[in-house]
Amino acid sequence: MAHVTIDQNDTEAALIEATGYDDHFHEHHHGDKYQSGFIGHYIFSMDHKIIARQFLITGIFWALIGAAMSIVFRLQLGFPEADLTWIKPILGKWIVVNDGIGSLSQEFYYALVTMHGTILVFFVLTAGLSGTFSNLLIPLQLGARDMASPFLNMLSYWFFFLAGVVMFYSLFLSTGPFSGGWTAYPPLSALPQASTGSGTGMTLWLVSLTLFVVSVLLGGINYITTVLNLRTKGMSMWRMPLPIWAFFVTAILGLLSFPVLASGFFMLMMDRGLGTSFFLNEIFINGQALDRVGGSPVLYQHLFWFLGHPEVYIIILPAMGIVSEVLSVHARKPIFGYTAMVLSILAIGFLSFIVWAHHMFMSGVNPWLSNFFVVFTLIIAVPSAVKVFNWITTLYGGNIRFNSAMLFSIGFVSMFISGGLTGIFLGNSAIDIVMHDTYFVVAHFHIVMGIAAFFGMFAGIYHWYPKMFGRFMNETLGRIHFWGTMIGAYAIFWPMHYLGMAGVPRRYYSFETFDAFKHFGPMNKFITVAAIVVFALQVLFVINFFYSIFKGKRMKTKNPYGANTLEWTTPIDAGHGNWDGKIPVVHRWAYDYGKDGKEYITQITPLEEGEVAGDH
Amino acid sequence: MEVADINKPLTHRNKIHPKLFALWISFASIIMMFGALTSAYIVKSAAGNWLEYQLPTQFFYSTGVILLCSLTLHISFSSFVKEKEWMYKSMLLLSFVLGISFVVIQYYGWQSLYAHGVDLKASISGSFMYLITGLHAIHILAGVTAMVVAIIHAFSLPFVVTEKRKLRFRLVCHYWHFVDFLWIYLFGFLMFYK
Ligand code: HEM
Ligand SMILES: [Cu+2]
Repeated sequence: MAHVTIDQNDTEAALIEATGYDDHFHEHHHGDKYQSGFIGHYIFSMDHKIIARQFLITGIFWALIGAAMSIVFRLQLGFPEADLTWIKPILGKWIVVNDGIGSLSQEFYYALVTMHGTILVFFVLTAGLSGTFSNLLIPLQLGARDMASPFLNMLSYWFFFLAGVVMFYSLFLSTGPFSGGWTAYPPLSALPQASTGSGTGMTLWLVSLTLFVVSVLLGGINYITTVLNLRTKGMSMWRMPLPIWAFFVTAILGLLSFPVLASGFFMLMMDRGLGTSFFLNEIFINGQALDRVGGSPVLYQHLFWFLGHPEVYIIILPAMGIVSEVLSVHARKPIFGYTAMVLSILAIGFLSFIVWAHHMFMSGVNPWLSNFFVVFTLIIAVPSAVKVFNWITTLYGGNIRFNSAMLFSIGFVSMFISGGLTGIFLGNSAIDIVMHDTYFVVAHFHIVMGIAAFFGMFAGIYHWYPKMFGRFMNETLGRIHFWGTMIGAYAIFWPMHYLGMAGVPRRYYSFETFDAFKHFGPMNKFITVAAIVVFALQVLFVINFFYSIFKGKRMKTKNPYGANTLEWTTPIDAGHGNWDGKIPVVHRWAYDYGKDGKEYITQITPLEEGEVAGDH
Repeated sequence: MEVADINKPLTHRNKIHPKLFALWISFASIIMMFGALTSAYIVKSAAGNWLEYQLPTQFFYSTGVILLCSLTLHISFSSFVKEKEWMYKSMLLLSFVLGISFVVIQYYGWQSLYAHGVDLKASISGSFMYLITGLHAIHILAGVTAMVVAIIHAFSLPFVVTEKRKLRFRLVCHYWHFVDFLWIYLFGFLMFYK
């Protein structure tokens, strides 16, 4: 039999031994061979907990690069007359010195904007967010020993890593990385001669993102299979904690939408390399007509946004799931309207597939067809509002702990409201025709997606940090991080609404020559300064993160927050397989807080005699 | 690799093995990919400027071959389960040969199209045809590779029918039947959607 010594003071472990499910784990896993050696343990690990950390740390790396890029182009935008020669040691020829004044070259400005978008959307907020927390929490919160296929899971990370290597390499090309915007619309992306970044830069962009699609698919297949097949006894779908619901639907969205993007990529590759004209028609370059006819660039936009819109929900749903959990745990209250929360996740997931053309109101799409997309787009506001209402109601009357995780969760709700409201403006095609491609759109999606998703991610990191590293992050630094970022983020993006309403177009290198926009100079300066401050605060966060891995306050008890979910029943330094002896069996939903006079009741606690389950 | 077995004991709740389940989910992805291409095809063809052409006769032969291949693979699998070793091995080899033939016949089909002036660049309809059938052929090659692995297993391991080997073989079969039906759909689509 298994040799598991139970510390009798450890009531949870004792409970699991008494009521758990014996899967004969230890008979199979004497000295888990996958944990032997540094390489097997930390590099080609198949333990979902390690893979989660790999995703997270890679994500942080990319976040720093992507954010630093935005600081560089914001400097150029906010202080066009300033001397940027001091960045020359890093950027080299991309800083052009004229009359002793260095400024960012125009090509590279576009390249930076493009890379910033690509990196943040795909590498940070998709892989870094969903990759990290799906990996960490799906097996732990469901009571599984690992993913359905740990091997595919490992591959998923390494495809992501490879995608990163290729993209990183493209930054150093003499012609620069791709510079046609993160959406990579043709013809800039389809014709290598279209601009400097359209050559090798675009080729590598395509290679990198194709690898990335593979990574997402491998991950998604695994997440879905695990959720549907490997839940422990008693963990019915309707007892799953909300993060799992969110990750599950996220994985489905990715699985169904990324292949469509891949199709678009294949067509783009053929246009670039084999001379087809899927996306090209009657193009002139340098006064020369090309013989490429018959295609349509709008076709690419359809394929792109068929992924692109679900993609924004792929980014936000995991954050929503995390926030739902953190709000409930730290308000010491059950989540309000659990069923409604699940249904709204499903509704958002479904609707996200039928609204993509709201990104194309200005692309010459039939205005009559646009109306359908307007209606579906506006309907998304309904499940979104349900969620917001439930979060606020969960907070209402709660016994709130204002720690960093909680603060970021509340900040998330605030950001989601602000950005969601501007979405409703843009969703009306009549308004969007004016607003499209202005800073109003930039403000909308940075608040609702960029900042909100980052806040969800921060909430998750502060909350589950002890689960990942056995230590806590510094709370004081965490709160400084929160308040600074919260105020700073609004300072950056709020003014952009005004810019947008005044018609200032996005992605322009300079507004010097536009009389109508000149007077926004000071506002642009203000935004840049705010961006620098916010960036500095993120550096503070990263320092806190790495410092705490080694020096943070130790986690002494298994369940420091008094939370109900299963991840807090594993040993503090859980190995591959998560639980030493039996696996816990679940008797109730995850949100029995403040029930029957008890502060919290873990999911592994059997119902008392005559007790009515909390989820009914 | 035995890795996935870390979860083996937990499969108590399933009638279907998680790996098989995962494979089915991946079919959804593949369907979306080809669904995107055929939808784009429909949209583009409606926009006019569309070259019409006859599908090469080779594609009819290849359709027959791939159907046959599904059949032989199925026989091979059921023979394996019934412990009929000779039938299992010979049918597996035959399936492999048929699988390779499919790709070869497709190749001749492309050549004949090309000879009739439907080349890669002449018209979007041609470009779509090459892309769709080419991408499908890549999926077939993946299936052929899986068959190679199955053949290596068949001839290097002692002949015992275990649950694990049944599962592995079943994965190969399901994938193959899937790309088979995928071809029927694509072929029908290319033939009838004008
Ligand atoms: C009530 C909900 C929402 C509505 C009605 C809405 C509507 C829109 C519309 C119409 C646009 C196109 C604007 C244009 O380009 O002219 C847009 C852009 C965008 N939205 Fe939303 N949105 C909503 C929520 C969200 C959420 C939750 C996210 C992400 C988590 C998001 C992310 C984006 C992004 C990334 C873009 C810009 C993409 C680009 O052009 O680069 N939106 N939104
Ligand atoms: Cu959208």
